Amino acid sequence: MATVFKKPEALTDAPLHYCPGCTHGIIHRLVAEAIDDLGILGKTVGVAPVGCAVMSYDYFSCDMVEAAHGRAPAVATGLKRAMPDRIIFTYQGDGDLASIGMAETVHAATRNENVTVIFVNNAIYGMTGGQMAPTSLPGQVTQTSPYGRDVKTVGYPIKVCELLSALDAPYYIERVAVNNVKNVLAAKKAINRAFRNQIENRGFSLIEVISSCPTNWGMTPDNALKWIETDMIPYYPLGVYRDKSKEEN
Amino acid sequence: MEKVLMKGNEAIAEAAIRAGCRHYFGYPITPQTEIAAYMSKRMPKIGGTFLQAESEISAINMVYGVASAGLRAMTSSSSPGVSLKQEGISYLAGCDLPALIVNVQRGGPGLGGIQPSQSDYFQATKGGGHGDYHLIVLAPASVQEMADLTVKAFDLADKYRMPAMLLADGTMGQMMEPVELPEAVEYKPEKPWAVTGTENKREHNIVNSLYLVPEQLEQKNIERYEKYRTVAENEAMCEEYMTEDADVCVVAFGIAARVSKNAITEARKQGIKAGLIRPITLWPFPKEAIRKAADKVKGFVSVELSMGQMIEDIRLAEDCKKPVSLCCRVGGMIPSPEEVLKAIKDMEGGKI
Repeated sequence: MATVFKKPEALTDAPLHYCPGCTHGIIHRLVAEAIDDLGILGKTVGVAPVGCAVMSYDYFSCDMVEAAHGRAPAVATGLKRAMPDRIIFTYQGDGDLASIGMAETVHAATRNENVTVIFVNNAIYGMTGGQMAPTSLPGQVTQTSPYGRDVKTVGYPIKVCELLSALDAPYYIERVAVNNVKNVLAAKKAINRAFRNQIENRGFSLIEVISSCPTNWGMTPDNALKWIETDMIPYYPLGVYRDKSKEEN
Repeated sequence: MEKVLMKGNEAIAEAAIRAGCRHYFGYPITPQTEIAAYMSKRMPKIGGTFLQAESEISAINMVYGVASAGLRAMTSSSSPGVSLKQEGISYLAGCDLPALIVNVQRGGPGLGGIQPSQSDYFQATKGGGHGDYHLIVLAPASVQEMADLTVKAFDLADKYRMPAMLLADGTMGQMMEPVELPEAVEYKPEKPWAVTGTENKREHNIVNSLYLVPEQLEQKNIERYEKYRTVAENEAMCEEYMTEDADVCVVAFGIAARVSKNAITEARKQGIKAGLIRPITLWPFPKEAIRKAADKVKGFVSVELSMGQMIEDIRLAEDCKKPVSLCCRVGGMIPSPEEVLKAIKDMEGGKI
């Protein structure tokens, strides 16, 4: 019988701990498929964040390092400098990458560090129970913005792709979403591209993935996917923000 | 072997390279910046990495990355910068990763000053960051030891899979002395736990300090403390100077030990039998030497460039059998031999 669907080699058999309807599972699968497709499983080292994906070191079957909160790009820098022939990726959430780890993010980008960053933006701190994130939308109700994010007192969300695109150095920056089949397919292509860039020694690639958090958004999984379409994507437009391959040609 | 005249900070850098360290990450801060400057010149010529990190926090996490890959890595800083590194140091300890952290201490707290100090003793020897852990802490008292103990620190860190700290001070970093540099070794790591890529030949390695099951986390801590016990039993080092017949035992490390030697020479001239125990490892603390001395001496004088931190370890080691007095200067000030001599005389005469 022909196999039509199977688990990627780059995922272990460990059951994922993510909440029902959370799209981390899809993003894990896309990363694993890219590693499989490019045949790099044996030479890849991943860096897990602090946040919902903290236990991803149990889920990816490549060698894994667990980093302190926000420090994944610095840890990845050390790994890549130590082993330039290995493929290094980080998998980070919005609090990790855009709040406590902003310095590490910006400086890894401006060094055009030859690593792949998968940035999962679900506009909330999930692991700690739904607090306001640097990417929470204006007016968004969270545990620590119970009256809605008030931009006058706590400022506006940070648009990571737009911000990093202001730097000269980074090679590739794209924002994708995983709320419908069409977007998932585009996300798969982008993540694959980000790993291929590293194999070709192009430099820093960051893929921002707009993701859902039904539990902490207080929505059904279906409504959460709809909210991505109606509220998140308008604030965080999808698309390629930096592609240096175009400048080279 | 030929001796060369070098600054203490440069001796650390060259010794690290000769010990096989090819990855240095740092951030500028006085009085240790010569280490970074030296590394920035040398590393590119030998295929190594010098990277000026965006922060002390990033520097220690870059070290964490290299250490995870099983290679020798180091960072250096001075007191306020080492405070920033504590998060990363705790993670290194929690993941059982070997690495070298150099602290060329300056006065504190806060921004403090840029002159020599030993006031990070507690931070270095009692953990520093969060959680139950220790570092191996080595305290050089000459430029020669800046070089020798750098090599020793890398070796001990690898042997026990734990981070090591070289706890120097601004004087040691800045002074120039002749030094015989260690032989260069080709470092070949044997670290089957390192994350070097599975090559599809083994299960994946994970470098991690997270254990959500309390029984597991407790067990990890217990195992780590068994290791610490082995380190304490085997690796404590000190120099004893004129202690055989001493009535007063000075205890001092680093620059304070050198000043104390002058004071002891003068005391002996004046007929006072003084001696010195100079801890070379601050953790593990050379308790046994102190304990033995306690049976013979009238008392101890702890000479420190802090408000009295090591004195607590002396008291614990000698079990409060004999009096211990404190002779200290802080804020970048260094006790003079006369001040130490007075403390020795006071102890000898029972005036404490």
